[in-house]
Amino acid sequence: MSARIVLQAADITRAVTRIAHEIVEANRGGDDLLLLGIPTRGVPLAQRLHAEIRRIEGSDAKAQVGALDVTLYRDDLGSNPTRTPHPTNMPLSIDGMTVVLVDDVLYSGRTIRAALDALSDLGRPRAVRLAVLVDRGHREFPIRADFVGKNLPSSSKERINVRLTEADGDEYVSIEGRAHGEAGTGDGSR
Amino acid sequence: MNDQTPFLIAGATLADGRRTDLLVADGLIAETGTGLSSTGARRIDADGLIALPGLVDLHTHLREPGFEPSETVLTGTRAAAAGGFTAVFAMANTSPVADTAGVVEQVHRLGQDAGYAYVQPIGAVTVGLEGRHLAELGAMASSRARVRVFSDDGHCVEDPLLMRRALEYVKSFGGVIAQHAQDSRLTVEAQMNEGQVSSDLGLAGWPAVAEESIIARDVLLAEHVGSRVHICHLSTAGSVDVVRWAKARGIAVTAEVTPHHLLLTEELVRSYDPKYKVNPPLRRAEDVEALRRGLADGTIDIVATDHAPHPVEAKDCEWAAAANGMVGLESALAVVQAAVVDTGGLDWADVARVLSAAPATIGGLTGFGHELTAGSPAELTLYDPNDPHEFTAADLAGRSGNSPYLDMQLPGRVRYTFHRGQPTLADGALREEGLVANG
Amino acid sequence: MRHLLSTRDLDLADAIRLLDVAEDMATVSTREVKKLPALRGKTVVNLFFENSTRTRISFEAAAKRLSADVINFSASGSSVAKGESLKDTAQTLAAMGADAVVLRHPSSGAPQSLADSGWIDAGVINAGDGTHEHPTQALLDAFTIRRRMHGAASRGTNLSGVAVTIVGDILHSRVARSNVWLLTTLGAQVTLVAPPTLMPVNMTAWPVEVEYDLDRSLLRTPPSVLMMLRVQAERMSGDFFPNTREYSRRWGLDDERLGRLPEDTIVMHPGPMNRGLEISAAAADSARSTVREQVTNGVSVRMAALYLLLAGERLSPPTPTSRMRATT
Repeated sequence: MSARIVLQAADITRAVTRIAHEIVEANRGGDDLLLLGIPTRGVPLAQRLHAEIRRIEGSDAKAQVGALDVTLYRDDLGSNPTRTPHPTNMPLSIDGMTVVLVDDVLYSGRTIRAALDALSDLGRPRAVRLAVLVDRGHREFPIRADFVGKNLPSSSKERINVRLTEADGDEYVSIEGRAHGEAGTGDGSR
Repeated sequence: MNDQTPFLIAGATLADGRRTDLLVADGLIAETGTGLSSTGARRIDADGLIALPGLVDLHTHLREPGFEPSETVLTGTRAAAAGGFTAVFAMANTSPVADTAGVVEQVHRLGQDAGYAYVQPIGAVTVGLEGRHLAELGAMASSRARVRVFSDDGHCVEDPLLMRRALEYVKSFGGVIAQHAQDSRLTVEAQMNEGQVSSDLGLAGWPAVAEESIIARDVLLAEHVGSRVHICHLSTAGSVDVVRWAKARGIAVTAEVTPHHLLLTEELVRSYDPKYKVNPPLRRAEDVEALRRGLADGTIDIVATDHAPHPVEAKDCEWAAAANGMVGLESALAVVQAAVVDTGGLDWADVARVLSAAPATIGGLTGFGHELTAGSPAELTLYDPNDPHEFTAADLAGRSGNSPYLDMQLPGRVRYTFHRGQPTLADGALREEGLVANG
Repeated sequence: MRHLLSTRDLDLADAIRLLDVAEDMATVSTREVKKLPALRGKTVVNLFFENSTRTRISFEAAAKRLSADVINFSASGSSVAKGESLKDTAQTLAAMGADAVVLRHPSSGAPQSLADSGWIDAGVINAGDGTHEHPTQALLDAFTIRRRMHGAASRGTNLSGVAVTIVGDILHSRVARSNVWLLTTLGAQVTLVAPPTLMPVNMTAWPVEVEYDLDRSLLRTPPSVLMMLRVQAERMSGDFFPNTREYSRRWGLDDERLGRLPEDTIVMHPGPMNRGLEISAAAADSARSTVREQVTNGVSVRMAALYLLLAGERLSPPTPTSRMRATT
């Protein structure tokens, strides 16, 4: 099993900065903008994007950040060991807001489907966008990211590891080949 | 038609440790000694087997009449034979209750017909076991069943005056009252031994004092009226002390302990598995120790099984709804070995005493409990003490499966049981009906 | 978690996990849409052999908020009177495809029997068994205490440094037993106060202080939490104490004792209350009282228990135990 680093820390920082600019541009500023990170690694990514957007916007920045846990909306609860939910942290009502969901890796799209269900129970946003650090393909739902750090075409036998300082202590994205039948484990390995 | 071929039991070890051959013929032990000729006899190689006088159980529930789905005289005596027993005392709590000559004669007759063991009925002390009026003790004593032991077992004879009268009355025919010692007011809805475990489990407690106070009262009553009293299934350290005190004082008291109270403790109840539900309940490890010591020093006279069969539905339920009781005939000897022989408290001569000679004496039963000498009745058991095995449902021969020992490791196995000169159990297998000495 | 039978089985990590998930569930309960899809398609049976409307509706609300289907099977007074056994009922429920059984039963140990029996392959939650345990009540008590102590920062915290005094019929109280194990696992210091007749006969293995005199106990160990247990009607006639007036005077939380409590002591009661007997109206209705919070929190805690029991993949059931075998 060999791991190959595809994004270094500096690459990740550049990707976040670029996505932040794209979000501000698409939203025409930070008004009514709510960044919702999906635990685990979507949360620090959302916070970084938020900090970057505030920097771009300046002192009167209005963009908000929070966390949206989707555990209780997943469709695969019954086929995995019991998942412990993470806190959902909403700074305000989402009604009328432009919500940007933030996650580390976009793969089957099932997490995002769960997130959309969770959002609809919380209120009625004006629009929902999706930002991801890595899009590795293999979608199982008609879901597409609006903001992508890096497209990383991969075999479904490979594993993408995202490591972020806040969650893991170090920072890079790697791809590793996987022996046949070996299962992925844990968050950040998709 | 019984096969009357003699048997030569070769190389058995007697309870006292001597090795001998035993020739069994015409219902008797015809000859003992070494190098006996096996000409004309079937030879049983008894190398490594202990020959004990046929076991006698002073406390068996055969359930017939009335509760045949649990056990019958036939199935219960088959269980007895499988456990090495040649005589059982059948408790009176049947339906109808064995409180008349008619019922005890019926049970006695059923035992003769079955042929697997001698069935000696016990008569009820009070009519219907209700504790209000004396049953026809004299009629039962002079019936063909020759009843000498009377007990309301399952219920305590609580009324002190009635107990006094019963103790006095049976003197006229050499009877004995076997008391189930339990103060009912102290054991309302009791589910298990009262102590640390009952506190944890939230089960209503059955305190030791409920047994000990009745025993104390009854030994004093027996002393006062000059009668003999027998205490069923002693279960607490305090009870052993009371009986020890009474014996030292010269009171004619005898006492029994069950195999399960010698081996199992209340800790098993933590599973809430009703197979451990029994009355009196399993007690603390300290009680088990005291009972073993009491048996070793003679304070406790005998081991009796309190074999109590129950149908599956009486145990396959939640704890409180379950019936009290365990089957015990098939496992008794191996459990006694594990509890008090292998731990050094008793030797095999003691086992012969507590499981055969003493219960026969207490119950006034002749023809049982004799040493295995020439001329004595051929009631005997061959036991292999070196056959450790997992006790399973296949080892049960009665109709009910409520044994607490299932899946437990037991040290030995009964190989042969001889009753009236014929094997009821041969090489670990029950003989077919018709081949045993019935009638 | 395959079953929730006893708080004694929970270690510190289990207990904190349950309380933390309950925090997540509590968040949902404050939203406009109070429903989660997590247990969609699962069937939860509330099997009650004793009447307890409060506990039943709390479990019912919890299951419904997680989108489970709920079947209420009240066996008290009807089927039981006709001789329907726990086993028969369990087999009926198994045939109906129950994924979890919430069992309230008058016999101590009945939930464990149900879990061990092989009668049904469902998760079992003990909703109160005889005089044994009532784990979800203890969990909601712990949750309530933790929220009062730590507020929004409750997640991940234990109860170390919290002194809990439980007063009343300890002997017959499943709430007391479950709280003793859970609160001490969470690090709280527990004192039990009762007349000696209502104390278990042997508590040497319980990690608690035992005290017969309420006033002395309050003086010696000023509690952060004072939990008053209900005096059951059947104890009043059992000669456990002379009469309710004497009980109330010696072991009740009256206004005078209420006034002597430390300022931040909270007052708990599992309900239903006998106002004027074990607790005065003023104590029950004071700001210290958590009685209504306990009801609210009960739903969150039960959601957490149902979620942790049912959401994960079902581990293969243990091999049917050899409880009983027929030989013929």
